[in-house]
Amino acid sequence: MPEYTLRLQRFSPQTRPEPWWEEVTVELDRHHSVLDGILEAKERDGTIAIRYSCRAAICGSCGVRINGRPGLACHTQLGEAAQAASGGAIVIEPMGNMPVLKDLIVDMDTVHWRKVKQVRPWLVAAEPQPEREYIVPHETMVDVTQTMACIQCGACVSDCLSMEVDPLFVGPAALAKAYRFVSDPRDADDRGRLRDLAEDPHGLYDCTHCFNCVDACPKGVAPMNQIMRLRRIAGSDLEIDDANNGLRHEHGFVDNVRKNGLLHEGDLLTDSYGGKLKPRTVFVLFDSLPGILQALRRRKFSLHAALGHPHRDARRGHQRYFDRIEARPERVELNLYFSGYEDDPGSTPSVPTGEDSAAVASGPNPRKLRDRPGATS
Amino acid sequence: MKVAYWPGCVSRGFTPELHGSMARIAPLLDLELIALDRACCTGAGVIAEHNQELADTLNARTFALAQQTDSAMMMNICSTCQGAMSECQERLDANTPYREHINANLTEERLSYEKGIVNKNLLWVLVENLGLDELRSRVRRPLAGLKVGPFYGCYIVRPRDRLDITEDRPRDRYLHQVIEALGGTVTDYAGVYKCCGFPIITMNREASLRQAGIHLGDAADAGADCLVVPCPLCHLNLDLQQPAAAKAVKRPLAMPVLHLPQLLGLALGLDPAELGLTRHVVRPAAVIDWSQAVVAGAPVGGH
Repeated sequence: MPEYTLRLQRFSPQTRPEPWWEEVTVELDRHHSVLDGILEAKERDGTIAIRYSCRAAICGSCGVRINGRPGLACHTQLGEAAQAASGGAIVIEPMGNMPVLKDLIVDMDTVHWRKVKQVRPWLVAAEPQPEREYIVPHETMVDVTQTMACIQCGACVSDCLSMEVDPLFVGPAALAKAYRFVSDPRDADDRGRLRDLAEDPHGLYDCTHCFNCVDACPKGVAPMNQIMRLRRIAGSDLEIDDANNGLRHEHGFVDNVRKNGLLHEGDLLTDSYGGKLKPRTVFVLFDSLPGILQALRRRKFSLHAALGHPHRDARRGHQRYFDRIEARPERVELNLYFSGYEDDPGSTPSVPTGEDSAAVASGPNPRKLRDRPGATS
Repeated sequence: MKVAYWPGCVSRGFTPELHGSMARIAPLLDLELIALDRACCTGAGVIAEHNQELADTLNARTFALAQQTDSAMMMNICSTCQGAMSECQERLDANTPYREHINANLTEERLSYEKGIVNKNLLWVLVENLGLDELRSRVRRPLAGLKVGPFYGCYIVRPRDRLDITEDRPRDRYLHQVIEALGGTVTDYAGVYKCCGFPIITMNREASLRQAGIHLGDAADAGADCLVVPCPLCHLNLDLQQPAAAKAVKRPLAMPVLHLPQLLGLALGLDPAELGLTRHVVRPAAVIDWSQAVVAGAPVGGH
């Protein structure tokens, strides 16, 4: 039987103010989980604390960091963890972005659950309620299954890089949960939900697009993708203004590329703040002045490059795509979580649906959401 | 090797030294750059956030333009471009009906994307195509004594599946390997794989600058002489915004940040000025002894 060394981060604030490291050795088959290893060590030292229950990646209790990456202890085999360990020992720490209570147990209540509650994780039923069950289109319910796969383990919260610098950020798990209700055809408050998230400066537009939550999630929820879909509905469909210039930035960016072919950064900064003459723009530019002046002094860019449009080149011929695609009555989206990869053995890519029969539209149809009876506006 | 070359927007805008230094090092690496003049912005994730079909069409168009050249593959010098293009390519390659739909958008220009383009960041080309041994043999001025902190940028290391990062293909270690092949010393620090904060610079400026400032400070505390980045957007937040980032984290910062082609160029024997190293906001005084124009851990102010 192979032997594995676990390097555990211990913490017991009642007896010792600082965390410390402890190495334990366990003898187990390589297919046993890291959780099995920790529990084996716990047999010998009952003071080791970890939260766990199902041991089958269903309950979401045993979220930890293994070799610096967040995940479920029960869902990671000892063999693969040892292979990924750079120093020989499998390093096991509590999750990040949440206060540690003891050893590997973090306080989910004060961070994770509080944020989930903030997005009203329940269905606000459309009125009048039907006498019997709601009849919902199949594809819209398929669409929410990706976010319903969330087991609330907190792995995405643990390594969210926005939350690391802005603890008030609503965060990936809660925003994925918000998408679950925004896209549910039975929910009547999609607009209200989105408005709340857009008006919160630590809400919808505080995600830095780092993909950490996508890699962290053991269930393929891809919270960042759900955040981008929320933005798509809030911004492109409902044009909800927000506290972070998010909508202006998105529109500024898209218009900028449409006009110039390449991104012209000189305009983007001002467009994102609502135009060159807006007081907010002047304030931000003033704040950035030392860097800008230094860059000009060092000839990093010239005033001509910043204010002129040296990239603009009508020959690129790209504008027609903006015109045509943005004029479509419905957006065409492909979500690989549902459609699969046609090269994967045994996979059968989903049959295309949507306004264009040649395409796969597996995203929600926000217009239908907006226009359905009972939706608030 | 002939590559269809996509420099991105920022390398020709606010970080012109990146495009310039790439042009200088290309002949020294036997890379023939076939510029994709008609291609447009990859969308940097923002256009995909706005309208997925639009982003996929623009990038399919770029891929189709690249496939019209006689190049072996497509190459970029921007992590963000790599990530945005890889995301679109994943959808286009995974589903034939979807690809056909996107290609139908391109018929007016008589363009069509054929599944399976090879599109790599310069960093991947160095390790996977040129090879580290070959790179090592071309070094004229080893970066001896230079402690370099790698800063990958999010888009070139995540998501791991999409970017095909595996034990056998450790693309998340390539920057480490290249620094060592150039004779430098890798300085690991907390921010190696973190976000520079640039995507939210206009949305939550404080949080964005704190991200940049924390990583720069961590690298300084770990003893790095400089950072190297394969992404011009990271460079904007880490160099151009460094004075503001220093204010945000309330500590003085003077960390030079080099583009990957600049670091390569120094080791390949090129002159620092022609690599645009005079153009940074934070002057790379700790990297270059300007009096002799050679690479060294020169004392600050030695120029």
